[in-house]
Parts: sequence; structure tokens; C-alpha cells
Amino acid sequence: MVKKHLSRIYMGMIFIFLYAPIAVLAVFSFNESKSRGNWTGFSLKWYVELFQDGDIRSAFYYTISIALISAIVSTILGTIAAIGINSMKGKMKSIMLNVNYLPVVNPDIVTGISLMILYISFNIDFGFKTMLISHIVFNTPYVILSILPKLKQMDVNMTEAAMDLGATPMYALRKVIIPEIKPGIVTGFLMAFTLSIDDFIISYFTKGEGVTNLSIVIYSMARRGVRPTINALSTIMLTVVLLLMILINKRSSGAEKATNKRKEA
Amino acid sequence: MKKKSLLIVSITALILAAGCSSKTEEKEVLNVLNYDIYIDKTLISEYEEENNVTIKYDTYSTPEEMYIKAKAGASDYDLIISSEYMIERMISEGMVNKLNFDNIPNYQFIDEEFKNQPYDPNNEYAVPYFWGTLGILYNKTTVDASSDSWSMLWNEKYSQRIIMMDSQRDAFAAALKLLGYSLNTVDEKELDEAKELLIQQRPLVMAYITDGAPDIMINEEADMALVWSGEAVSAMSENENLDFVIPKEGSNIWIDAMFIPSTTKNQPLAEEFINFLCSKEATLRNIDEVWYSTVHTEAIKEVDEELLNNSAFNIPSEDINKMEMFRDPKEFIDLYTSRWTEIMAE
Amino acid sequence: MKDRTKYFAYPYLVWIVIFIVFPSFLVLLYSLTTDSGGLTNINFTMSNFIKFFNHLYMNILWDSIFLAAICTIICLLLGYPAAYIISKSNLSRRNTLLFLCILPMWMNMLLRTYAWMTILGNNGILNNLFEFLGFPKINMLYTRGATVMGMVYNFLPFMILPIFTALSKMDTGLIEAADDLGATKYIVFRKIILPLSMPGVISGIIMVFMPAVSTFIIPQLLGGNKSMMIGNLVEKMFILNGDWNFGSAISIIMMIIILISMSIMNKFDVDKEGGARLW
Repeated sequence: MVKKHLSRIYMGMIFIFLYAPIAVLAVFSFNESKSRGNWTGFSLKWYVELFQDGDIRSAFYYTISIALISAIVSTILGTIAAIGINSMKGKMKSIMLNVNYLPVVNPDIVTGISLMILYISFNIDFGFKTMLISHIVFNTPYVILSILPKLKQMDVNMTEAAMDLGATPMYALRKVIIPEIKPGIVTGFLMAFTLSIDDFIISYFTKGEGVTNLSIVIYSMARRGVRPTINALSTIMLTVVLLLMILINKRSSGAEKATNKRKEA
Repeated sequence: MKKKSLLIVSITALILAAGCSSKTEEKEVLNVLNYDIYIDKTLISEYEEENNVTIKYDTYSTPEEMYIKAKAGASDYDLIISSEYMIERMISEGMVNKLNFDNIPNYQFIDEEFKNQPYDPNNEYAVPYFWGTLGILYNKTTVDASSDSWSMLWNEKYSQRIIMMDSQRDAFAAALKLLGYSLNTVDEKELDEAKELLIQQRPLVMAYITDGAPDIMINEEADMALVWSGEAVSAMSENENLDFVIPKEGSNIWIDAMFIPSTTKNQPLAEEFINFLCSKEATLRNIDEVWYSTVHTEAIKEVDEELLNNSAFNIPSEDINKMEMFRDPKEFIDLYTSRWTEIMAE
Repeated sequence: MKDRTKYFAYPYLVWIVIFIVFPSFLVLLYSLTTDSGGLTNINFTMSNFIKFFNHLYMNILWDSIFLAAICTIICLLLGYPAAYIISKSNLSRRNTLLFLCILPMWMNMLLRTYAWMTILGNNGILNNLFEFLGFPKINMLYTRGATVMGMVYNFLPFMILPIFTALSKMDTGLIEAADDLGATKYIVFRKIILPLSMPGVISGIIMVFMPAVSTFIIPQLLGGNKSMMIGNLVEKMFILNGDWNFGSAISIIMMIIILISMSIMNKFDVDKEGGARLW
């Protein structure tokens, strides 16, 4: 019994550590004065200021559009590549896997500068394009890594059976493989999307021509000091993430229940 | 169901993508590079609307960073605002275009005092934007500024309460002036002495920050900070306990100017935009935003009394007489850079 | 089918050659040359690497490794018990606890770092609280402690999750058997639980140490730029000094350190897809 209490207290402390800073940000986003340590009264003015801030608005637009496009492209690219890699053998397969692993193990700063050098060597103008390509570059390996295990689990005979029954490879792909690895694809997409939204370092080295993302704007604001508008922004972002996560959790547990039922029946 | 949502997602993405490309295609584009917090941003959007152009606006925090950005060719900038010594370097490296002053009639309002300066002796390349100085912003309630000297920044009494600027020329300027040397020294021994002094100072420094000092000072979290004059004005307007001193050993007088790098693809438009920024209205609004001293002969007449009484804005001429302008030290700049890296790495 | 689907990987093969292999090669090329102007006149040299091996830069390297190691140890000490508790709780609770551990990771890393600026400042919440309680104020922001704190805060979930995964995969039968045979709790932990959770611990260590050793934002925002880390040096070389050759050499050194630490860790048999398990 004592042990149970102890572990509860311990987890409580861990969660205080993880959530107190976020809570502080959220509370002070409603603070009237700019001061960081004193509560002077409730106000929504920082939210108003946030919505009027042109920099944040355009950064938000770029963040979301780059996240969406890069997640879609890397999911498609990654799914096809994963299927290919899965059916490769021997040395070639391990080379592909290792190179694919490089952006995952490499520090982001190294990936960032290597892409920067690449674009500069080929005289490509920095901006939306370069940032988008960079995001696809670091997203795709994660998509592949989340799909590969599903492919491994898949019964090889299923595709063969389908083909024996006269299915073309494309048809087999669409009707047999894709549905089997769908959970992996969805995870990969979500991961790519969040990684892209969260990225700072690689974007920092590949931004240009007025194109920035939220991370970069937050960075340049935070360097200037504490701004309540950043608090407001983080509160909104956290709320959105929270809602999304709850939604995803509900859906996946719903899906689990459905499959369980099907199995029972 | 899932197919549908995927479809919706891809359509939104396509629209977004189309949105960005179409926006940039039809309008003329101006790539501008400026210091962080150095313009009233609404001026940009107004100019964009009135002239049906797109301004792609990037920022940087020190001239060294700007130089790399411009030189690497990551973007083809049309207009850059930066400090005189870096402009001098870029002119000597052939990175700056000559201006066509027919497109900049407002140049007549620029104070003669700021023309014919050594970085652009024949007024061919650059149009002054703001000017100012380097000094110490301090808290009157905790700091005794009677010494009126750069040595304040080395006073152990204020250990861990001093903010230094993370900008090599400015940090060296304070140390070199304290030692009684020129802030443009090309004597390695003098530079090494200054380096030793800055290393000595390290344990006293709370943080090395560019742009963040005013906020920390307003919140009274530090006692003093090495700042540019405009930062002092803005901080003093928000906290009455703050004051600004230009040390008696002399300081740096700087001019920031607008110039057109040779990468430009639209020089006439860049010149028009320079002209717009030289108008009285734009200048007055920029003063309200950045608080630096103006080079505009008409705008200065309409600045409030209070601001004119602030010695960080209306810098006294006896101080100016003791000031030195940064020059490009040519190859010697590498020594500044490597020494500064060594100080920061210590 | 198998033979033909392997061609599916080829477009991606082209992609990784252009965007992963070739850029890495460019970094290597820069690190081995001097700035001689253009690709027509390449001078190979080791001088960039030799330059790094002086006491100044070596100090930065050791200091980065030291700070990252401290951060990793703290994360391990905090994270292991947490992962253990989560793995021992019943199913519904377990999901909630896990969810709560993952959630902060979905928040922007810069915001998570920025949050501490408002808390640790001289007139921040903590110091105001100290003052209210009658304690003297202490300098917390812009210290090495703040840097480590920011790193632990940012990377702690990366430690908890892999350890949790390893612990929850464990065969409980083994523990029961040991209990039946009269092993004390301590023995059970040391001889069974700890060794079996080792793969999780290892991937946790890798996933915390790697981003910690290469970070440059946290020492900048929370450390006040006072103790430079290797990531700051790379950023400085590329953004401020324009010394790409030296910057590339440092990047290569950083990559080598990471590969070495990974191969040491791999000796303990780590699942290659450890990174993906996190999600």
C-alpha cells in the first residue's frame, strides 16, 4: 500500500515537472501586464495581439502548408519505398536501410547544414521550395520505419495467392498490401506531420526570402525576451494538440473495439 | 471514409501550394534584408498594397551574419540595410551596385552630416537610414554610474548582473576604448590585450545576448547592459529607473545605411523603396518603432520634446566628438573573428 | 511479386542519393578542403581537423559531452522508475499515464525551452516564490544548471518510452518463477528486470544523448551563450564566421562521435527500429 502511494507521488512529481512550465505559460497568457512573474489581472489582449501579428500569421500559414504537403509527399514516397525495400535482399537492402537511417541518427544540425550546402552549391534560391524539400528529406525515413514492421508481419502468401488467382501486381498492391499496412501508413503520416510542425533546426538552415515557420518566429521572439504573445500562441497550440490527440486516441480505441468484435464474430 | 479525408487533405494542400505560387508570380518581388526589429512592419504591408508588389522580408542580428547571408547567395537580395563598416567591405569586394539618385529624390532630406562618410566617400552606394551609438544602459537604483567609464562593465560589484552584447565589433569596441585604443585597431598586441580583458570579464557576465537586453533591463533582472542607443531609448520609455551613459573614454558612432547588392534583379523598384523609406512620414513612423537617432532633416523637426531631451536619442555633440566610426579592417577582420570565437569558447 | 516490387524502392534510391548521400559527401568535401574559391581549384588538407584539436575546441567538445552525459544520467534516474511504475499499472491507467508522458513532446521544442525562461528569470515565478517565502533570490537563468534543466525537460520522454516498451514486453512468468524460488525483490530486479530492460535503457540513452550533445538552442536561450556547446560552434561557423570548411569538419567529428557511441551501444543489442517504437 505504501508502495502504491509512493509510486503515485513519484508519478505526480514527474507530471508536475512536465506540465508546470506549460501551465505557467498558459496562465500567464491571460495576464494583463507584460511582467513574467506577477499576476496583475485577467486580459485577452495578448490573444488579440497574436491574431494581429502579421509575422505569426504568415509563419502559421507556411508551417501548416509545409507540414501538410511534406507529410503527404513523404507518406507516398515512403510507402512505395518501404514496399520496395521490404522485398529487397542481402547487401542492397542493408545499404538502403542504413542510408535511410542516416537522417534519423544524424544530429539535425548536420542534416540542416548538409542540405544548405547542397542548395547553395546548385544555386537554388532559399525559400518555400528548399524548406519543403528538406522537410520531405527528414520525414520520409520515419514513414518508412513505421511501415516496414507492418510489412514484415504481413503474410507473404496472401499476395502470392492473390496473384495466383489472377490479380495484377498493381491490383494486389491496392487490394492486399495497402490495406494490411494501413496502420503503419497512418502512423507514418501523423509522425511526418508533427515532426514537420515541430522542426526548428533544419528549417533554420534552409529558410529564406521571407518564408519562415512558427519555430523560427518563436526563436527570434524568444531571443528578444519574454513575450506574452508567445504564451498565447503556445496555449493555442497546446489546446489544438490536446484535442487532436484525444481524437486520435478515441478513434484508434474505437477501431480496436471494432476489430475485436469482428474477431469474436 | 478515409479515402475521402485523404482526398480533402490533398486538395487543401494543392490549394495552399497554388496559393503561394500564384501570389508570387504576378507581382513584382523585392527581397529585403534588414536587422531584426528595425522597421515599422506596417510600412511594408502598406507599400505592398499601394504599389502592388510583394516584399520578401528577412532579418538578421549582426552585420557578420548579414555578410554571410548576402555572400553565400542563398537569396538574391534587392535591398539590404546594414552597418557602415560592413557596407565598406562589401563595396570593396564589388558586392554593391551604384545607386541612381534620380529615383531617390528624398535623398535631399538626408542630413549633410551623414553624407561623404569614409565608407562611401562619394555618396555613390548607400543612403543613410539611422544613426546611433554604443553605451551602457543601467539601473539608477542599483548602479553608481559616476565613474562614467567603460570600466563599469568590469566592476566585480555587479558580478552576474551584466549583459554583454554577442556581437564581436561592439564587444571589442568597449574593451579597446577602455584600454585607450582605437576601436579600429589593426595592431595584434592591442587586440590581444582587449581579448584578455574580455576573457577577464567573462565570470561577471550574466549572459551574452543580442537584441534581448532591453527586455531583461526593463524587468530589472540585470543591472547594466551594453546596448545600442535606440535600445536604451525604448527601455527607458518603459522603466523610469533606467538610464543611459556614453562612457568618457569615447564610443562608437555608427551609421546604418540602405544599399543595393549586386545580386538584385530589380534595382529601380529597390530604389523606389529606398525613396519611400526616406520620406518624412515613413521616417517618423520608424522612429516611433526603433527609437534610433534620425538622419532626416525634416523628420527631426517633428519629434516630441521628450525624445529630444533624451541624450540617447539626441546625442550631445561633446560626446560625438569623442566617438569613432567603425572601419573595415580588411584582412585583419579575421583576427577579430577568431579572437571573438576564442573569447566565447573560453 | 517479390522480385518486381523491389523496383518500388528505386525512386527513393535516387532521392536518397541526391538528398542524403550527396549532401553528406559535400560536407565531407568541405571538411577536407580550404576555401580556395570554386570547385575548379580544390586543395585537400587535414588542417580543419587539426585546427579542432587544440585545447579551446577540445574543451568545448568535452564540455558538450559532459553536459549531455549529465542530462542523460538525470533522465535515466528520473525516467526508469517512471517507466517501471507505468508498466506495472493496470491497462487503462497505463494508457493514460503514457499519454501524459507523450503529450509534452507534441508541443514545439522552442516553446518548451522558452517556458523555462519565464520560470527561471531573476524576477521569474520561482524567484518570486522564493522571495515570498523569505528566501534570497538566486541566479538560475543563464547558468549551466539551466541548460541541463532545459535539456532534461525536453528529452525526458525519450527516455521513459523505450524503457517502458522494454519493460512491458517482459515475460512476467520469469519474475513469478524467481519469486517462487525465493529471490528477494532486489535480486529479482537486479538479475531479471534490469537485464531484460537493458535494450530499452540503451535506446533511451541514445535518444537522449544524441539530441542533447548537438543542441544549440538550449545553451543559447537558457545558458545565455556562456558555455558554448559543439552545436553552437557549428552554428557560429556557418551563420556568423562563414568558415564552412571548419564548420563541416566539426560536423564530421560530431557524426563520428554519434556513430561511435551508437556502435558501443549497439553491442548491447539494440533493436534498430527503436526510434520508430517511440511513436
